[in-house]
Amino acid sequence: MNRPRPGIPLPHPTPLSRPHWDGMREGKLRVQHCLDCGIHVFIPQPCCTGCMGSRLEWVESSGRGTLYSYTVVHRPQQPAFEVPYTVAIVLLEEGWHMLSNLVDVAPEKIWIGMPLEVVFHRMNDEITLPLFRPRA
Amino acid sequence: MKKNAKQSAKKNSAKKKSARKNAKQAAKKTAKQSARKPARPVAKPAAKPAASRATRKRAAARPAAKASAAPKPPPKAAAPAKPASAQRPVRSASIRRGPYPDVAIVGAYNTVQAKRIPNMTEAELVLDAIHGALADAGLTPAAVDGVNVSTWVSQLNPRSVVQWFGGRPSWTGTSHPGIESVLEAAAAIQTGQCETVVIATAQCGEYTDRAATVSWTRPENEFVECWGLYTAAEFALMAQRHMHLYGTKRAALSEVASAIRSNGAVHPEAVMYGRTCTPADVEASRMVADPYRLLDCCITSEGGAAMVLTTRERAKDLDATPISILGGALDRQGMSYVTAPVWDKVGWVGRRGAKLTFEQCGLGPKDVDFAELYDPFSFEIIRQLEAFGFCGEGEGGDFVMDGRIRIGGELPVATNGGTMSFSHAGVVQLLQKPLNAVLQLRGKLPKALTVPNAKVALATNGGSGALFCDVMALGKEPV
Repeated sequence: MNRPRPGIPLPHPTPLSRPHWDGMREGKLRVQHCLDCGIHVFIPQPCCTGCMGSRLEWVESSGRGTLYSYTVVHRPQQPAFEVPYTVAIVLLEEGWHMLSNLVDVAPEKIWIGMPLEVVFHRMNDEITLPLFRPRA
Repeated sequence: MKKNAKQSAKKNSAKKKSARKNAKQAAKKTAKQSARKPARPVAKPAAKPAASRATRKRAAARPAAKASAAPKPPPKAAAPAKPASAQRPVRSASIRRGPYPDVAIVGAYNTVQAKRIPNMTEAELVLDAIHGALADAGLTPAAVDGVNVSTWVSQLNPRSVVQWFGGRPSWTGTSHPGIESVLEAAAAIQTGQCETVVIATAQCGEYTDRAATVSWTRPENEFVECWGLYTAAEFALMAQRHMHLYGTKRAALSEVASAIRSNGAVHPEAVMYGRTCTPADVEASRMVADPYRLLDCCITSEGGAAMVLTTRERAKDLDATPISILGGALDRQGMSYVTAPVWDKVGWVGRRGAKLTFEQCGLGPKDVDFAELYDPFSFEIIRQLEAFGFCGEGEGGDFVMDGRIRIGGELPVATNGGTMSFSHAGVVQLLQKPLNAVLQLRGKLPKALTVPNAKVALATNGGSGALFCDVMALGKEPV
């Protein structure tokens, strides 16, 4: 599967999301964690989506998870994306979901539930994207 | 933008009739030029008669099958080939009049719909829509005291459009076009804030860069855009999960797309008029985002639409057949296209809205004669049928087979061709769902698409990938 290449639209971190994107550069997949009810919150929020409490801390995820759902895309969102590419929802070990691209696997070898691990893909000095690949 | 809109509005009101006529003719000409002749023979309607209500009830009672379970046989077809209406059991004892007993929809109008309408502005289109709906109702602009008119690209809004009416209207809606705006207007009329409301919208001039997917399908969010996500891929993630959980088959998706597109193929006002579509055609079309192929997806187009609501009392003086709003409710679970569309969280979005809608009017799925369901992608129909209780969870794939959702079947869906064939002009389709329910209930659709004796309709906006699904029920007088 094709990896993201230069020219694709990149994230513009906000004050809320910056810790996540800063973590990427250091090879850390950071996610918010609620000190009150214990759930992990993603995408970044000003309060917990479980209990609405505001005691959120940034923690490092194991980066391990399983494939929750995916789609192999043949019509690119815009020409900067090289087809085919795979959009995936990953269920992380800590019980939270994130969108990403699935790489290093042929389309016919993809199955829902397959073990995955994060791989950090540097786009420029500011942005590194968290992709996922099969895990042994 | 606003200034331009006002100027063109002024210009339009000066030589209203002739300008409208010319613009419409020109647009129709463009539409005609771009419409291709049918390349294939018309799809044959499914030979099997629709399954009986009893069969359907049994099907609904079955527990949901998991992926590991053996494939289920399709529901058995009933032996006698009676017309759909004849199979209907006695309707629920009485339809409660719902939350809006004093409100009626009296005007419904679609402007020209086409791939592109290059010779009209959004203001011109939306004006045509307003005049068309008022004429349909037999009312004049002077009767209007409530307005919710907006456009997507030029960002016309109700507060500015009130001035087109000379500043007379006192009430303006704030909801987006569609079911939410209809319910909002009905509530305003029911509570005496106004008597006659015009809801209108139009969209054109937006989709020019065809190398990319249409702009309104490309979210700019930092956690979505960089993965190459767009609406088709978002909804594909939902379909894939459902197929994994329940073993939903490719054939069911193809049947949905073929059924809906076959409706538009015989609707002269549809953008895809004449473009027939069999399940095999769907399966032969190019892959977009697995499992969605090109013909599983809605089209993109331009156009406008408007609706007029008034009091039941006022409706008595009008020639238009009044249509009742039996109920309706929203189901919003987050911002569209920002968070991952996780099936476990939002797979059944709309269920709450449907439940409230049915409770408000004392009806259930078995009372619905046809459903103008949001049809951005084929699987969304299957999902909604399950979410709303027309069948059990995981049984939507079987439910749609055997012609059941085609015209003449037990529950025709998207009877004008929906967003796959009639038109998908961005936000306009939101209003066109309840609007087409009104036209169908009044018997105003082409004969080939008319659902005989239709009394109760369901209409929906939004789907799982968008994290919202609004529902409303409409009924023909007398309820």
